[in-house]
Amino acid sequence: MSVFKESGHLFRLAALYAVGTLTFLFIRGVLVPKSFGQYGHYRGNAITEIAAHPIHFAGHQACDTCHTDVQQLKQSGMHARVNCEGCHGPLAKHADDPSVQPAKLDTAKLCVRCHAASAAKPRGFPQVAALDHSNGLPCETCHKPHSPAISAGGAK
Amino acid sequence: MTTGVEGYMYPNEITLYWSVLIVLYPYITGLVAGAFILASLERVFRVEAVKPTYRLALLTALSFLLVAPLPLQLHLGHPERSLEMYFTPHRTSAMAMFGFVYLWYLMAVLTVEIWLDYRHDIVVMAQSSTGMKRWFYKVLTLGSNNISDRALAIDERVGWVITLIGIPSAFMLHGYVGFIFGSIKANPWWSSPMMPVVFIFSAMVSGIAAVMLLYMLVTRLRKQKIDMLCVDTIARYLFYMFIVDFSLEMLDLIHRIYEADESFRSLNFMVHTKLYFSQIVLQICIGTLVPIALLGLTQVLQLHEIVRKRIYVAAGCLTMMGIFAMRWNVVIGGQLFSKSFLGYTTYKMALVTREGLLMSIALTILPLFILWALVKLLPPWPKTAKGELPA
Repeated sequence: MSVFKESGHLFRLAALYAVGTLTFLFIRGVLVPKSFGQYGHYRGNAITEIAAHPIHFAGHQACDTCHTDVQQLKQSGMHARVNCEGCHGPLAKHADDPSVQPAKLDTAKLCVRCHAASAAKPRGFPQVAALDHSNGLPCETCHKPHSPAISAGGAK
Repeated sequence: MTTGVEGYMYPNEITLYWSVLIVLYPYITGLVAGAFILASLERVFRVEAVKPTYRLALLTALSFLLVAPLPLQLHLGHPERSLEMYFTPHRTSAMAMFGFVYLWYLMAVLTVEIWLDYRHDIVVMAQSSTGMKRWFYKVLTLGSNNISDRALAIDERVGWVITLIGIPSAFMLHGYVGFIFGSIKANPWWSSPMMPVVFIFSAMVSGIAAVMLLYMLVTRLRKQKIDMLCVDTIARYLFYMFIVDFSLEMLDLIHRIYEADESFRSLNFMVHTKLYFSQIVLQICIGTLVPIALLGLTQVLQLHEIVRKRIYVAAGCLTMMGIFAMRWNVVIGGQLFSKSFLGYTTYKMALVTREGLLMSIALTILPLFILWALVKLLPPWPKTAKGELPA
């Protein structure tokens, strides 16, 4: 058939595309993990791998067991619902072994993470322009972080 | 952090995450679709007058198509991860499916059409050139030197079919870009079924203008005479497309004004303040009404050739600017207002960062370099019998 003979270059192009598609499928077969799609659009093995990660956070119940005084102080103030590790960072190692001391916090930097003034925050939320407010002094100079409101008698 | 914020913004709205690169992405993709539609005018609709631009339009489309994903790659980072979109595509993700639309358009439409159209030249150049070039053309022949009349007639027929498939593919390519914005229902500035249609027509306008300008520039650089019948025809189609595009945009606007939903006051205020220059002045007045008026003049008045050329260049440049402003207003405008409708933020473009001004200028110029290389390798104009460029 002359049509097929005269279309030889088109068959070559089709063959090239077929080779390209097969190469793609081969690379896909090699690169896509076998457990992909086992439960959903992710690697099935990821679940057991993530579950095997070491635990970093102890949870506030662990903190309350020993630091009852801080827990009581916190409950009376504005930070009652702020989790201990929200400010102190992950403390599972400290909870397992109290001799492992958590790092000392710099309140001049820590507090403004939440309390830096921003038009996007609700108006009632305490927020300050830190430099104008305290000229870079650590917030704990005036505020007790566990119960930050300042009463008429001074810092609580 | 609060600089440029007026009124109330939700915390995740203050910074614009979709930068100028995301403006470039629909702009460049639109040029691809528009250039291809111009090429199809000759191939499918038999508008013989635009034939001098046919190959240039195809090469322009390819140059811009190769650059189209780069703004997204730079914006997202980790370009190696983009392959995951092909390996493990998520069928509910509009962007993931766009990857396949892009691949289809690049591999099944544009590359094949260019190869079929150039095959005769490729075979001839594989035999007449030397050194590395010879090998390059030899690879492109795929080992077949058959350029008999019958074989070329088959190429012509297959090329016609490919172009025919290419037209809805070009619509799909750019309609999809519009769809990605139009389907974001949480954003009233974007959420509109008109978006894909407006994007397609604006793409045709910008692509036709781009090829018209490139043709005039390249012909001038080659010290050849501009084919005025060709340019006049392109300008006429540009004029028609522009009128349709402008009508659709106005229809969308009128619909929004009449509907006046809960977002209207906020958006209306934005258009009259933050977007006033880019939308009213640049996009609508300088970038749409002025070029339509200029092109309209050439349709109703008998103007001298030189005047027409100048008008086409001016109208083409203003059109390119106007369509860029349209993309800007869609992408940036959609992120300037709060979804609470109570505040506005500001977009401050960086200069030398990964998503800054210099990078976007580089990405805009890059397709022109690719086009230059393509034109060198695959000259879009016929050679004379002596193998020289026509005098």
